[in-house]
Amino acid sequence: MSSRLTRSNRAGWGFALPGFVLIAGFIILPFFFAFWLSMTNQRLISPNPTQFVGLENYRNLLGLAVITLEPERGADGAILVDARGEAQYPRVRTITRSDAFPQYRGMREWFRWQSGENVKVVIASDVVFMKALVNTLTFVLVVAPTQAGLALVLALLINQKLRGINIFRMIYFMPVVVSIVVVSLLWRFIYDGNDGLLNNLLASLTFGWFTPVDWLGNPDTALGSIMAMSIWQAVGFHMVIWLAGLQTISPTLYEAAEIEGASRLQTFRYVTWPGLRNTAILILIVITMQCFALFAQIDVMTKGGPLDSTQTLVFQSVERGYGKQDISGGSTISVILFLIVLTVSLIQRWLTRER
Amino acid sequence: MATVKLTDVRKSYGSVEVIRGVNIDIEDGEFVVFVGPSGCGKSTLLRMISGLEDITAGTIEIDGRVVNDLPPKERGIAMVFQTYAIFPHMTVRENVAFGLTINRTPRAEKERKVQEAARILQMEHLLDRRPSQLSGGQRQRVAIGRAIVRDPKVFLFDEPLSNLDAALRMDMRMEIGKLHQKLAATMIYVTHDQVEAMTLADKIVVLKDGKVMQVGAPMELYHEPANLFVAGFLGAPSMNFIEVVVESVRGGEARVSNEALDPIVVSTRGRPFADGDHAILGVRPQYLRPVEDAAGKLHGIISLTERLGSETIVEVALKDGKPLIAALSEDRVYATGTRIGFDFDVGKAQLFPREA
Repeated sequence: MSSRLTRSNRAGWGFALPGFVLIAGFIILPFFFAFWLSMTNQRLISPNPTQFVGLENYRNLLGLAVITLEPERGADGAILVDARGEAQYPRVRTITRSDAFPQYRGMREWFRWQSGENVKVVIASDVVFMKALVNTLTFVLVVAPTQAGLALVLALLINQKLRGINIFRMIYFMPVVVSIVVVSLLWRFIYDGNDGLLNNLLASLTFGWFTPVDWLGNPDTALGSIMAMSIWQAVGFHMVIWLAGLQTISPTLYEAAEIEGASRLQTFRYVTWPGLRNTAILILIVITMQCFALFAQIDVMTKGGPLDSTQTLVFQSVERGYGKQDISGGSTISVILFLIVLTVSLIQRWLTRER
Repeated sequence: MATVKLTDVRKSYGSVEVIRGVNIDIEDGEFVVFVGPSGCGKSTLLRMISGLEDITAGTIEIDGRVVNDLPPKERGIAMVFQTYAIFPHMTVRENVAFGLTINRTPRAEKERKVQEAARILQMEHLLDRRPSQLSGGQRQRVAIGRAIVRDPKVFLFDEPLSNLDAALRMDMRMEIGKLHQKLAATMIYVTHDQVEAMTLADKIVVLKDGKVMQVGAPMELYHEPANLFVAGFLGAPSMNFIEVVVESVRGGEARVSNEALDPIVVSTRGRPFADGDHAILGVRPQYLRPVEDAAGKLHGIISLTERLGSETIVEVALKDGKPLIAALSEDRVYATGTRIGFDFDVGKAQLFPREA
């Protein structure tokens, strides 16, 4: 059934052209644009000409140093203590604002720890970026395995021939269909500190013993709350991928295992899991990428707060590029994120290679 | 080594009965082949013996023990599947040893059993390969090896050669035959290929629509089929069925004829016939001898000749227009359109009542 049109080379390229143009214009070009912008001082709207600044943006983001603060001593060399008996240390700004240490200029304290009688302080050029980086990595490390594991359990549960099993498949998949923005808005009500669903539920389950928590307003619970909600939202999607993988495993393999007397656990170990190998690699890579791209939940639910406890790389990138009109800073973060995701993906590919 | 006994075994899916009261006795060490057209229930029956399918009614005994409610692993069976069912991520060695791994058999014993199975199947050199590096025949050998190491009471084969090409199928068929001699184990083998059934079986069970049509030794079924179905199913080319009219019945013999067939007297083999009945006369193509038109019992015109070298298949349009196939043991060319007559040994012809 090949007409002249479908065999013509020119027609083929003609049909592909709109797609090529869109992909080039919205994906390939911006990708290289980000690399270029990250090496300039370009602002979103500015009367000044763009200047090439090399790697300065990267230095401003990644600058990191450890300084040692010695306790303040009296004239006799004894350590001075305050009323509570704690040693006194000079303020960090005595170093970061001192002309004696030009390399630490403008840096701020990120965190500190006690080392003998001294204190070690980690100072960063951009503390918010560092927090965003750590939050994002934490999110990936917690959400990726939990979500993948949970999705596999659900897939195994719904991969049975039971009456009405499709109802369960539908229920688990439903959150995926709803927009993440809507889901985030709903969960803001669930997590509400005053009269939220979760607090009410926990209170009634513990007969009023539970003290309400402002889940999103407390720096200790905010990121965890967003993780839980994110896992719940996308687990159905990965469940469907697992399910597709499960259904490619030949039923005769299960029958052979049954004849040999394999228990359910052994069947999973020797038949199901090896059969899911390729699916597992796909899911691992997809989830990791999705987790690194965490943005909408943060934007809707916390805007990075409280106390920067839910800052993430993508959120910071957007916040800087558009909120603060610092498009070169935003681009720099997105390039760094790209390099991280690329590295992680390559490591994953290497770890899961065919041996 | 064990006997298998099926007593009034039935299987229904909802209101559809697919196995309708099957009784089979299998002796210790016997090679039994279930044969029948697709959909006859032969695979289902095998799976019921294996424990992969529930038994709706009746009993299945293996080695004198009713196994109806036992899981497959406790029945003492091993099964070889049409699609091999070997695990793609394991080496041949791991595949063969799978059952032993599951049972946590000590390493030394496992290795010994695997080597033993590999030796029997002549595949020692394949042990460290992966299934993707094996041919179809080698894969099936691995599956058989996995069955052997289990040391089962009964081997079950579910169309093991159907996925192989014709040449390999013949080799493997012979190997399975030799394996049976070597192991002297009870084997149940399902196939739709009557050649496999004829060559391998000690006893053939012909099934149709979930019922046993006939049970017996291959040659018994070939020479004395119990009914039209068995007569037509076994033997290649198929038996010729000639519609005849019974002129008279006398003392266990009937005189039959039709337009193309001169009156002959054949044994009724105890089947009831009455004068004037319509009946079917079955004559195997191999029993037909070509003669001059006038000298033969059957008369027709050659419509096609197929030369196979070892034999010649001739298709003839009989006088009444019905086709007749003859398999002649010599290589000879017959010109299409030639008048020809056929003679045959009346003692080897079968007379069947015409089925309603």
